[in-house]
Amino acid sequence: MSKRYTKDHEWVRMEGDVAIVGISAYAAEQLGDVVYVELPGVNKEIARGADMAVVESAKAASDVYAPIAGSVVEVNEALNEMPQLVNEQAEKDGWFVKLRPTNNTDVLNLMSEAEYAEYVKGLG
Amino acid sequence: MTYETTSGNRGLLQAEPLIFEHGSIARTGVDLAAPKGASRLGALARKAPLPLPGLSEPEAVRHYVRLSQRNYAIDLGLFPLGSCTMKHNPRLNERAARMEGFSDLHPLQPISTTQGALALMHELSHWLLELTGLEAVALSPKAGAHGEFCGMLAIRAALAARGEINKRLRVLVPESAHGTNPATAVACGFIVDEVPATEQGRVDLVAFKAKLGDDVAAIMLTNPNTCGLFEPDVKEIADLIHAAGGYFYCDGANYNALVGRVRPGDLGVDAMHINLHKTFSTPHGGGGPGAGPVVFSKALAPFAPAPKIVTRDGAFELVERAGEGAVGRMCAFHGQMGMYVRALTYMLSHGSDGLRQVAEDAVLNANYLLARLKPHFNAPFGGGEGEHAPCMHEALLDDTRFKAQGVETIDFAKSLLDEGYHPMTTYFPLVVHGAMLIEPTETESKAELDRFADVMIALAKRALGNDSARMKTAPHLAPMRRLDETRAARQPKLRWKPTEAASIAAE
Repeated sequence: MSKRYTKDHEWVRMEGDVAIVGISAYAAEQLGDVVYVELPGVNKEIARGADMAVVESAKAASDVYAPIAGSVVEVNEALNEMPQLVNEQAEKDGWFVKLRPTNNTDVLNLMSEAEYAEYVKGLG
Repeated sequence: MTYETTSGNRGLLQAEPLIFEHGSIARTGVDLAAPKGASRLGALARKAPLPLPGLSEPEAVRHYVRLSQRNYAIDLGLFPLGSCTMKHNPRLNERAARMEGFSDLHPLQPISTTQGALALMHELSHWLLELTGLEAVALSPKAGAHGEFCGMLAIRAALAARGEINKRLRVLVPESAHGTNPATAVACGFIVDEVPATEQGRVDLVAFKAKLGDDVAAIMLTNPNTCGLFEPDVKEIADLIHAAGGYFYCDGANYNALVGRVRPGDLGVDAMHINLHKTFSTPHGGGGPGAGPVVFSKALAPFAPAPKIVTRDGAFELVERAGEGAVGRMCAFHGQMGMYVRALTYMLSHGSDGLRQVAEDAVLNANYLLARLKPHFNAPFGGGEGEHAPCMHEALLDDTRFKAQGVETIDFAKSLLDEGYHPMTTYFPLVVHGAMLIEPTETESKAELDRFADVMIALAKRALGNDSARMKTAPHLAPMRRLDETRAARQPKLRWKPTEAASIAAE
C-alpha cells in the first residue's frame, strides 16, 4: 500500500496489520539537520493527534503527532545512534514508530501522496 | 585572508588553551606551610595529588582576562537578542548595590538590624504592585522560569483549595509561547494544550473558545507575544478563561513594552512574573543573577509563597510561614537582594513618567528598525496588520527573500559576528520559519540603531548579490570560524578528559 500523509507532515504506510510512521521528507528538509529523536515506549497506547515523539534539530525541537490511534509495537532504535537517517531517508529507514492501529481503516482518512504534494505546494 | 602567527595570537587577541591544558600540578598561586603534627586522616589521607590545574596568580588572572576578550557584552555594543531585553545596566544601580548595609547583609541577621533592607524590599514591592495593578507579590523567585513555576504552583494551590485539582489539568498555551511556558505547566503536573495562531500571529480566539471547558486550569499567555505583537483580544481571553473557571498566567518577559503604560491587572491577569533583569535593568547572566518576582491577583493572593514583608508599629517584619494551602517557599532565604537594590534604584531614578517613557521609547526604537529593514527583509505578519502597522518592542523578520540564493537566517547571524554584533534571536518564535527576532531596547541611540540597520541592509544586499558565498562560510573575523553545530549536538563532548592520565597518576 502507498503512503498516506497528515497536515502535520507525518507519513503512514501499512505493512500487513502494522502501520509504519515517520515524518515526511519535506518536514525533515524544513527542520534541517536532525540531532536527536525521542521515541515512545513499546506498548504505549497513543490517541490520534496525541504526542508520539519529539524530533530535535539544530534549529528547533518539534512534537510528532500520532497520525492514527494505536499501540506502539516497535520503535526505530537505529535513530538513537544515527538521527541523520531522518534527513537522509525520511520516508524509508528514517521511520519512527510501528503502531498496531486501533482501527485498520483510520489510515484511509489521511491524504494520499498526490494530495500531500499539492498541500505542500500550497505552503510555499 | 589567512595570516598565521608564530605565537598563535591574532594581533592583541591572545590564543588561550583550556585551563587544564596549560596548568601544572607543581605550580600554585598560594604557598601554604605544611601542616604541623601527624595527620589524623588515617586511611582517608590522599594518596596522590588531585589532578587539578595549578596556576600562579598572574597566570590565573590572564587566563580569565584572555577568555573575557572573546566575550560580547551589553557594555561593548548593541545586543539585539529578541525577547531578552538587553538594555544598558545603569552604573547608578551598581553604586547603590555596593552601599554598606545592602552589600554586606547576612540573611540570618536579626531583623532589627536589617530594617533598611526590608524597607527597600517593601518599597520595591509597592512599585511592582502599583505598576501592575495587582494585589500581592512574591519577591523571592530567582528568575523568569522560577517565577513561572511560582505562579503556576499558586494556581495549582488555588485549584486544590477549590477541590478541583484532579479535574482541572489542562493548561492552554499559544503555539508561539516561550518554551518555558509549556515546560512550567508540565513541571507543575498539568497537561499542555496548544492554541493555534491566526494568520496575523495572534491567538486564534475561535480555537481558544473551543478548547475551554471545566477541565481547564489556566492559560499561559505572553503579551506582547513572541512575534512582538500586542494581543488585542487579551481582555476577552481573560474574561473567557475566568468564566470557564480557569486562571490567567501572564509571562512577563515582554513587560518592557508595557511598563508604565498598561497595568496587567486591568487586563485580567491573575499571576505574572517580572524579570528584573529585563524591564528593570539589572544585569543578565554573567553580570549577576536574575530575579523574577511574581505578582498575584486578589484570587491568587492567599496562595502566594513566603516570605512576606509586613509592617507593625512602624517596624518591618518578615512573615516566614506561608498561609494554609499556599505555596511554601521558593528558596531558602529572601531572593536576590542585590537585584532588588538595583531595580528600585532604576525605578526611583526614572520615576513613573520615566518608566512610561521606557516602554514608549522601546516600542519606538523597535519600530524604527522595522521601518528601515522592512524594504530589505520579509516581515511576517507585515510587522502588524496592514502595510504600516507597528510592532511592539521587537521586530520580527525572516529569511524567505533569500531562498533562491540559499542564504539562511544562520548565515545572517554568523555574518553579524564579523560585523562586531551579537546576533539577534534566531529561529524563534517557532511559528515563523527562519525567524530573526530583534529587540533593540530603549537604551540605544538613533545613531547606534542606524549603524546596526546599515549593517543588516548591507548583508541583505550581499545575500542577493554575487558575494553571498562569503555569508555561507561566515564568520571570518571572529575568534572561531563556523562551528559544526550539528556534529556538536550529535556527538557532544561535554567535559575535558586528561590525555596524560598516566603521568598524573605517577606523581
